[in-house]
Parts: sequence; C-alpha cells; structure tokens
Amino acid sequence: MRKAPRTALALGSGAVAAALILSGCTPGGGDAGEDAGPITEEQREEALNTETELTFWTWVPDIENEVALFEEKYPAIDVKVENVGQGLPHYQKLRSAIEAGEGAPDVAQVEYQYIPSFVLPESLLDLTPYGAEDIAGDYVDWAWDQVSPADEVWAVPQDVGPMGNLYREDLLTQAGITEPPATWEEYATAAKAVKDSTGSYISNLGATQAGQMIGFMWQRGVKPFSYDGQDTVSINVNSDEAKEVADYWTGLIQQDLVSTDVDFNDQWYQGLATGKYAGWLTAAWGPIFLQGTAEGTSGLWRAAPLPQWEEGEQVAGNWGGSADAVLASSENPIAAYELAKFINNDEESAMMLATEQFLFPPQLSVLEDPAFVDQASEFYGGQEVNKLFSVISETVDTDFQWLPFMDYVYSTYEETMGTVIADKGDISAALDTWQDQLVSYAEDQGFTVE
Amino acid sequence: MSHSPALSAERSSAPPHRHSSTSRRKQNIAAYLFVLPFFVVFIAMLIVPLVYSGYLSLFESKLIGGEVFAGLANYVRALQDSAFLASIGRMGLFFIVQVPIMLGLALFFALALDSGRARGARGARLLIFMPYAVPAVVATLMWGYLYGPDFGPIAQIARAVGLGTPEFLSPENILGSMMNIVTWEFVGYNMIILYAALRSIPGELYEAAEIDGAGQFRIAWSVKIPAIRPAILLTVIFSIIGTFQLFAEPSLLNTIAPDAITNSFTPNYYAYNLAFINQELNYAAAIAFLLGIFIAIVSYIVQLSTQQRERRERTTS
Repeated sequence: MRKAPRTALALGSGAVAAALILSGCTPGGGDAGEDAGPITEEQREEALNTETELTFWTWVPDIENEVALFEEKYPAIDVKVENVGQGLPHYQKLRSAIEAGEGAPDVAQVEYQYIPSFVLPESLLDLTPYGAEDIAGDYVDWAWDQVSPADEVWAVPQDVGPMGNLYREDLLTQAGITEPPATWEEYATAAKAVKDSTGSYISNLGATQAGQMIGFMWQRGVKPFSYDGQDTVSINVNSDEAKEVADYWTGLIQQDLVSTDVDFNDQWYQGLATGKYAGWLTAAWGPIFLQGTAEGTSGLWRAAPLPQWEEGEQVAGNWGGSADAVLASSENPIAAYELAKFINNDEESAMMLATEQFLFPPQLSVLEDPAFVDQASEFYGGQEVNKLFSVISETVDTDFQWLPFMDYVYSTYEETMGTVIADKGDISAALDTWQDQLVSYAEDQGFTVE
Repeated sequence: MSHSPALSAERSSAPPHRHSSTSRRKQNIAAYLFVLPFFVVFIAMLIVPLVYSGYLSLFESKLIGGEVFAGLANYVRALQDSAFLASIGRMGLFFIVQVPIMLGLALFFALALDSGRARGARGARLLIFMPYAVPAVVATLMWGYLYGPDFGPIAQIARAVGLGTPEFLSPENILGSMMNIVTWEFVGYNMIILYAALRSIPGELYEAAEIDGAGQFRIAWSVKIPAIRPAILLTVIFSIIGTFQLFAEPSLLNTIAPDAITNSFTPNYYAYNLAFINQELNYAAAIAFLLGIFIAIVSYIVQLSTQQRERRERTTS
C-alpha cells in the first residue's frame, strides 16, 4: 500500500531533480548498490508524515523519554520500544527473528563489536542512501569508524567507552603516591607500594573480561582483528605488542599486586566498595556505575587517564558502547533511519542520553557543551570527570576493527585466557592458544584467514 | 519430567476383561478421544521439533557458504569431539557420586517419616520437599551467594574459626559444589515418590514380619525396600535423565565462576553454546540427538539389569 505512491513520486520529475541535487552534495552516497539511490527530501517528508509503526529493540533504560521527543516531532510515527534482554540474549533473539523472517524490529541497539556479525548475513541496512554520511562530522572520528569502517554506514553511534583510571586517592596517598601513575612502569611501582602499605590491590583484572583486555590492547596499538565485509578476516591476537601487554599483566598478577576476580558480580561489587581494590581501569561509563556500586566511598575516588606505554604520550583504548542500526528487513527504512538518527543526533535527545541515562556521548556537540563537561562530581571530590573523559576520547586510536563472530571470540576468551588469568598463569602463552582456536574456527566457517 | 516406561508397564499388566465387540469398540473410541488432546500436544511439541532437529543435524552450515547436506558428518564429528565426550564423562562422574547420595538420603528420609516414630513428621516432610519448589534459577543464585569466597557466610564462618577460605567455586571444586546444589534441590522430590510408595504397602506384611520377630530395621531392609523397588527404579531413571540434562545450574554458575564452568561443562550446556554462541545450529542438533540416544540407552540398561536381577531372584527363591 505504501509502496505505490513512493514509486510514483520517484518517477515524478521534481523528485528526480531533487535526487540529483542531493546526490551531488552527498560525498560517496551516490552508489548504493541495487537501491534506487539516495532518498529525496520528498520521500523523507512523506515517510515521516505517513502513519507508521516502528519497533525499536534496546536495553537503554528509560529510552522512552527520548523516543517521546521523536514522537512529538513526528506525530504520525508510533514507536514501540521493546527490551528483549541485554547483550547476548538481545543478539540471540535478534538473530532468531532475522532467521525466522518475521518479528525483527526496525531499529536495534548493537554494540560496536557485534556490528560485523550482522553485516555478514546482510541483516543491516546501509544508511548512506538515507543521508547518514551527512552526520559523520558530528561524531568523534574513531566512533564513526566503528559504524562505518568502509564506504557504508551501518549504524548511528550512541555511546562510547574511552578508557581511564579510576582510583582511590586516599589509599594511594597512604602509599605515598600523590600523582596518578602516568606510565605503566609507574603503575607497577605504585601497585607494589599500595599493596605493601594498605594491603589493597591497585586494581583487578577481570579474569574473563575480554572487553577490558582488548581495551588495553587497543591502547597499545594492537590490531587484533579485521574484516573486509566479505569473507576475509585477519586474526592477530598474539602479536608482539599484544604479548607485551600480556606479559605486563602476568607480572603484576604473579607478584600478587593485581587480583583476578571475575568482575560484575556481588563479590566484585563488594571489593570495590570495601577497598579490596584501590582502583579500577575502566571506561567512561565506569564513573557513574561505580558511584552506584560504592556509595560509601563517595569523595575518595579520582579519575585519571590510563597509564601510558611511552612517557609523554596520550593514547587510550575503548571498552564498550553501542550504536543504533536499522535492519535490512524494515518495511519503513526511511522512518527507521530517522528514528535512529534522532535519538542519537538531535541535540536535546543526545544531551538527555548523556545527562540522564549517563551514556558517555560520542557526539561532539555534547562533548563541547559546558552543561555536560563542566559538571563537577562530588563522588570524585568535585572533579570534572566528564571533561577528563572527553579529552581522553580524542586520544582513542581510530581504525580498530572486529571480527564477524565476536560471540565466539569472547566465549573462547573465557575458555583459553580466562582460566589462565584466574590461575595466575602465563597470559602470553594463553594468547597463542586463543589465536589458534580463533583461526581454526574462522577456517571451519569458510573464512579466508590472512 | 518425562514419563517413565516403568509406570506404564505396571499398568498394562492388568488382566483383560471380556466384553462384546460393540461395547469394546465404543470404549476404544472413548479412550482414543481421551488421549487425543495429549497426542496433539505431544506431536506438535515433541515429535515435530524432534524430527526437525533430526533433519537439521544432517546439514552443515557455515557463516560463509551457507547450508549443505552433510549426511552423518556432524555425528562423526561429535563422537570425536573431546569437549563433548568430556562433558558426558563429567556427568557420568556426577551420576556415580551424586545420585547414590541423593537417593540414599531420600530413602532414609522416606523410611524415617514412614516409621511414624519421627516427631513433627508432617512439618519435616514439607521442609524436606520445599527446596524442590524453589526454582533452579533462584536456588543457584542463592547457593552462589552462600559459596562466595569473600563475603559468603560459609567462607566467613570458616575464616572466623581459622579454617581458611574454602574455594567452592574453583575449577577443581565446582563439580562437587554443583552436586551439593542438585542434591539439596532433589532430595525432597525423590523422597515424596518413595514415601508415597511406602504408604501403599499393605499393613499385613508388617504384622507378619513382627510376628516373625523382625525389628524396625529388619522390616525396612527386608520388607519395605524390596516392596518399593519399582519406585526406587523410577527415581534412578529420573535421576539419569536429570543428570545428563543439567543445564540451569552450569548456566547460572557460569556468571559467578566463568573460569570454572567451561562452555562444555555439561552436554546440554554445550549444545546451547554451540547453537547460540558458535552459531553451529546443525552441530548442536546432532549433539542433542546423540545425548538423547545416550540417555535412552543408559536408562534401558539400568531397567534391564534390575529386571534381570528380579527374575533371577524369583527363580532362585
């Protein structure tokens, strides 16, 4: 029903002219494969003024507030928000729905590392014909690279997790450390001092936490994965640089200066709240999370950039973050893209995500907004934590890629790396095992491994 | 829980009555009508998915290249898959250690309650049965807290009396910890089955035994236990099925102790991970099928061996 008028419009001469103009000012957006080309302004207007129902799968709490802004602006569109689970269960349901050919949402939250696994079976819509290139400049470069590694744009960035160091100032002072360690070497020395004088671990390396370890590798400039969007991958988790990171942690763990408890369970929350750990190397979403977990230690924490490998450098890695993607199966792709874009690009909505849901923004307008960066946080002794992380965000290495089967990558990480880390074994050797398993899985699945 | 062949075998041994053929046909039709709803659901929910997964297990699908017919390749792979075989072995060990303890306790409690000597038997029966009413998810989370090495109450008490911290969640001990959870969960359930069977033993047998001068222990050993042997067999078969199908416990303990619970800790958990993490749905179907066949064989062997023993005992006595 809705298709007929759209085709008729596209054939109209005015629309053709508009299409030409639009494609003229959209770099790289002209060639969209078998699609009819860029969407015209008329098509967009029409889609947004037609009674439409969209389904949106996300686990962001209270996102209904941002969706309400969208519905207010486009009253014809009715958005149904559904939370089908967080992380793995979400992706499982998404894959099942795609496989079944019905029941899939129009827009779905996808973490950056999982985007390739949905690009591979062609489940995501390339957003370039819908004008996604136009908003590329609104985001920090490395975040945009995550949603658009090549010519296509697969999603609109929602939040990111540039990594930093949250630490207990009181415990470090007690150990005679007044400045947060600037290099990893200093960090190791500090770890010894903290352990000796307070009995606390300077931090905890989550035994099975692949995201944290990959973040450390990212900082070191390791490029463990790449995917060409077709059938070629490269896997390099045991490169020399990766082993340098691994050896560093093996050393700290074997001297009992860093604990290896499994993170994000009660045990670990208690550890943060009671000073078992004097710090947490985490991402930009960490500060708020910690505030909820370790309420009793308010005012004692401070935030700093990650220690560096080379003195005087400023490089960070990323851990976590999501984007909103439009599914290829959506019957209302224009409206769906507008929803994904609005939620994460509209100034009011993006600001709300950053200040009410505490998602750390990839959007430059928010990162530069005093209302966001000048917020002083009592939990961190009045420090402007947002400002610190927005500076860190600019130092994240661009061009980091993922494999199209990250579920498997993470689960083998648990098997090969997790057990070794928990056992305080040689992490470098575990990297070799992990590498072998990943390569053999990729080959079994028919990929060409470079 | 699935239906046991042991029950239906007992019932079908009732002597057939002779009726005129028309009334028998009517009765037959009525019987079919009564079982019809069951068969509709049974076929739709069990047979159809079973056939479908059997069909799936004959294919091989890759992320690149799609689905191709593979014959029995998945089954051959499974039989050589050390992770799968190890998970079966782990559950075999679980079965050998945990099931006798659990059924021994269940039998002990059932006999104790049945003897009528225990005070507050009614309340005790309810208390022992209660863990079964707690969903496995809740039970595992609760035990996860109890087992916690830093803030779990057991660890805190152990430290307070100077025993050091017990490592319930370490890779070496996790199987034992899981056995404990499962025992706690299912003792009551098995006890109820055995207790119900004990209640149906005719009282004359006890009187006769007492006249012969048998004490309570002797009665329990020589009258009660032999009389409820079919019920014991039933609990054994339920336990075989339950053990080899363990899923909720490893899946939940994995969030607490991911370093101790491997992806292939139990066969069922392995099949789940293959299907939803590795995206090897076809191989997972083959694993599930093999597991089903394996359980059927083990259950059959157990049943057969007890039947043979009964037959032998009958011929010798």
